Amino acid sequence: MEHIHLGAIDYAILIVYFVFVLGIGWVLRRYIRSSEDFFLSGRSIPTWIAGLAFISANLGAQEVIGMGASGAKYGMMTTHFYWLGAIPAMVFVGIFMMPFYYGSRARSVPEYLKLRFDEKTRGFNAITFAVMTVFSSGISMYALAKLLELVLGWSFHASVLVSAAIVLAYIFLGGLTSAIYNEVLQFFLIVLGFFPLTLLGLRDVGGWSGLTAKLKVVATHAGYAPGAWSHLWTHTNAASANPMGVDWFSMVMGLGFVLSFGYWCTDFLVIQRAMAAKSMSAARRTPLFAAFPKMLFPALVILPGMIAIALNATRGGLLPIGSDGTPNYNLAVPVMLAHYLPSGLLGLGLTALMASFMSGMAGNVTAFNAVWTYDIYQSYIRPGQSDRHYLWMGHVATVFGIVLSVLAAYATTRFNNIMDMLQLVFAFVNAPLFATFLLGMFWRRTTGHGAFFGLVIGTLVAAVHHGLVLPYGAVVGIKGGYLGAVLHVYPSEMAQNFWTAIFAWSACFICTIVISYLTRRDKTDEDLKGLVYSLTARITDHEARWYKRPATLGVVVLALTAVLNVIFW
Amino acid sequence: MKLDLRLPIGLMFTTFGVMLVVFGLVSNRAIYQRSLGINVNLWWGLVLLAFGVVMLAFAMRKPRT
Repeated sequence: MEHIHLGAIDYAILIVYFVFVLGIGWVLRRYIRSSEDFFLSGRSIPTWIAGLAFISANLGAQEVIGMGASGAKYGMMTTHFYWLGAIPAMVFVGIFMMPFYYGSRARSVPEYLKLRFDEKTRGFNAITFAVMTVFSSGISMYALAKLLELVLGWSFHASVLVSAAIVLAYIFLGGLTSAIYNEVLQFFLIVLGFFPLTLLGLRDVGGWSGLTAKLKVVATHAGYAPGAWSHLWTHTNAASANPMGVDWFSMVMGLGFVLSFGYWCTDFLVIQRAMAAKSMSAARRTPLFAAFPKMLFPALVILPGMIAIALNATRGGLLPIGSDGTPNYNLAVPVMLAHYLPSGLLGLGLTALMASFMSGMAGNVTAFNAVWTYDIYQSYIRPGQSDRHYLWMGHVATVFGIVLSVLAAYATTRFNNIMDMLQLVFAFVNAPLFATFLLGMFWRRTTGHGAFFGLVIGTLVAAVHHGLVLPYGAVVGIKGGYLGAVLHVYPSEMAQNFWTAIFAWSACFICTIVISYLTRRDKTDEDLKGLVYSLTARITDHEARWYKRPATLGVVVLALTAVLNVIFW
Repeated sequence: MKLDLRLPIGLMFTTFGVMLVVFGLVSNRAIYQRSLGINVNLWWGLVLLAFGVVMLAFAMRKPRT
């Protein structure tokens, strides 16, 4: 496609943004005195800041680009990734799980596993998590640099090195606090930078009614019922009735339960933001507070993709056609930016894209350096050193975490398949995790052996299931079927992913229970105080104002989400 | 709080707001053809400016202790 031309004002906006993110790191550098300051912000962050950082760390560039692409490809059903695949889990982690994460004074999610179970369960989680974060930040760096090269004609090397250097500088200076403060700044920039796109796009297509009318053309042209692109649940009775190829059961169980709870309730990248909150009640409110903006994000990231495909179908020629003859959905958001925004706002939109990338990368790097330093270095390599030593290690880990990410970005340019395989392996490791945490937190009989082997078996079941099935229209290889036989063909890759997760979770859940019964309890009730639900004193919400009580907030969030589901049913 | 976060947020968006408003006033009208004929730099610049000023006002009202 033709490169977008940027004016002086656009570059000026980008530079002002760089000055502010670096400035925040510079100002915060003098508050870093201990490793706890560096890795957990000295547990001093107020709710609203922790909450906005909680969603911002998750909102990488891949999410902005990817959700726009899915909005174009699947329409309104993409919103399930928010209202079904995020909000309920965010409420659950805030109300039910945060008391154990925050209350146990664990400094990381793997450390909680060490306190609750044993060393090997922690090791398994810490090592897979550390490898995973480095590679995912490398892969997103690759995706961003490729996009900037394609859309703006910027040099791939310059994009990778400059963005990595800036993130490195502000984390190195101010640790987690700097990452969190910048994530909040980036949050506002992402919202205010992308919102004009939604407004102009909606105005152009004639509002929601104009959009749904145009999406009917898209849907009937693709051979679906007219409403397939503009409803959430109407077309989910059969997988073949909607473009996602998923029915309501696998949607609810696979996405809404296993994948969503597995991510939002156990991933240290987001949990770390809540752990940095200044008090137990602030920590519990963090994901609940975050749920409000999260609920509205589809309007920001999915709607532009839906508008893009609607205009593409009715006016034609908006989205470039890929080599396989279908529109290149990944370009939906960049194309929309170029289509509507003049010089000035265009710079703001691109800066927002850079901001989303940086917030995602900083999230990965800060989670990596904490897990590396506390759960790997302090536990296995050099235990018993002074806090000063671990603080130093945190700085070193920030540098090599970023260097490894850059190397991973370059590795992706050479070996695209290796990265696809790695992502697949990570998906296998993640799928069963929530079963382990659920049993660990709510069933005191769960043993260390049960947790560890349940996790390993769940991961293996994910791999075996994936290796024996294929999505419709795919060939045997990275997409599945590599174990020699294809036992089942799923209607889409998404359905295959959801079912892989369901099988892995169920296997882990059952095996953990069975093995726990077969092995001796290694922790007494006394050891498990503060780590398991039935052995921990109930937290009573003593906050006077209703909007500060986690349970009340949770009910409000879920009620609003239900209303949204009914409106867009 | 170590650094009142509302201060840098307010400063940054005030800066962006001023930049966009000024650019909106001096820029050639022809570039707004793609934004449906609306001078979006001017209008959105005003939104950013208002947001920035409100953030700054909050930051100033509660001096850090």
